[in-house]
Amino acid sequence: MDVAIVKYNAGNIFSVVHALNRLGVDPIITDDAEQLAKADKILFPGQGHALTTMQYIREHRLDEIICQLKQPVLGICVGQQLMCKHSEEGDVDCLGIFDVDVKRFTPSVNKEKVPHMGWNSLTALKSDLYKNISEQQFVYFVHSFYVPVCDWTIAQSDYILPFSASLHKDNFYATQFHPEKSGSVGEQLLKNFLDL
Amino acid sequence: MLAKRIIPCLDVKDGQTVKGTNFVDLRQAGDPVELGKAYSKMGADELVYLDITASHEGRKTFTELVGRVAANINIPFTVGGGINELKDVDRMLSAGADKVSINSAALRRPELVNEIASHFGSQVCVVAIDAKLVGNTWKCYINGGRIETEKNLLDWAREVNDRGAGEILFTSMNHDGVKTGYANEALAELADSLSIPVIASGGAGKKEHFKETFIQGKADAALAASVFHFGEISIPELKLYLKEEGISVRL
Repeated sequence: MDVAIVKYNAGNIFSVVHALNRLGVDPIITDDAEQLAKADKILFPGQGHALTTMQYIREHRLDEIICQLKQPVLGICVGQQLMCKHSEEGDVDCLGIFDVDVKRFTPSVNKEKVPHMGWNSLTALKSDLYKNISEQQFVYFVHSFYVPVCDWTIAQSDYILPFSASLHKDNFYATQFHPEKSGSVGEQLLKNFLDL
Repeated sequence: MLAKRIIPCLDVKDGQTVKGTNFVDLRQAGDPVELGKAYSKMGADELVYLDITASHEGRKTFTELVGRVAANINIPFTVGGGINELKDVDRMLSAGADKVSINSAALRRPELVNEIASHFGSQVCVVAIDAKLVGNTWKCYINGGRIETEKNLLDWAREVNDRGAGEILFTSMNHDGVKTGYANEALAELADSLSIPVIASGGAGKKEHFKETFIQGKADAALAASVFHFGEISIPELKLYLKEEGISVRL
């Protein structure tokens, strides 16, 4: 199976590569339109700032390339946020695949810490992406911005308020958490994605 | 609900795990990658690898080890020891570490915290603080607890919080290796004063100590080494116990 990872200016994609290697897949990392178009599966991972990553994506015309992909695509962490319409992080318009805006976590009276960092549980699971994954399993999050629960939510988590841990529309999938760092649950999710 | 984290710490010297009691008397405790894998399978939430090698050759060995850990382990891990400047951070992240822990280097040049946060993001930057209660004051120490500084714990923790640290790893030198519980009073004071998570370190001897540090100490995570390495506390049993005690843990 040909698996490609979208190359852009976001950090920490090594761990995604390692996680795929552990599943017996050797991904290519590329920003080339042709190579991306012919891959069977595409991952769009990364950590980074929405504004600086979106600027890079536009400059390199990756926005058009990503939106036109027809095969299963999995956005991870900032990847999920960039697939939404707009982000409060840097007040920037994003790819608009999911018609929902990314918000900043605001601590409630309980003075929750931001970023939301650590292991949190998943609920309201839908879609084949969560095959063989049961409710209340824990996955690893690190983020200060979140996608509200919306029509495309296929998994929820709760921190300050319920939010979208995962999204799906057509061939586009996304997770706010890091499956590559989420132990056996994350491994199952990546396996499910490769099986789509 | 966000889970409280259990973090085994692996001190590494010349490619092998060791653990000191009160910072001296090193004992061997196995291969770092195999040990990390075993902890991950047992349900550890995160791992910390501390390089306690001094030599240049040892540093190279440690970087290679970080690469092997990244390839083999599917939970987050932090690396520390010998990180003095941005290029050290870059080297560790490029090798596959999720976070870096800085200690003496931050006390010597606090701007390093700002630099790491702006280059790589706050989530990458764990500031480790070794402090000792001297009279009524918690004094911060550098060089593995050998040199006392002018800074006190609470002021320094607030400062690095403001400079962009992502987490505080507080080791009480009074409690480390003694196995009578964590420094919960100081930990609770930190938790109430900071907007970032606090990891408790130093003093774990039995399961109850973890419960106490999560409740009385208000810690977000608890780190321990020898009680895990020598099998005195099993992580699966510890987590079941904490769950029964009403603490949110990942099972």
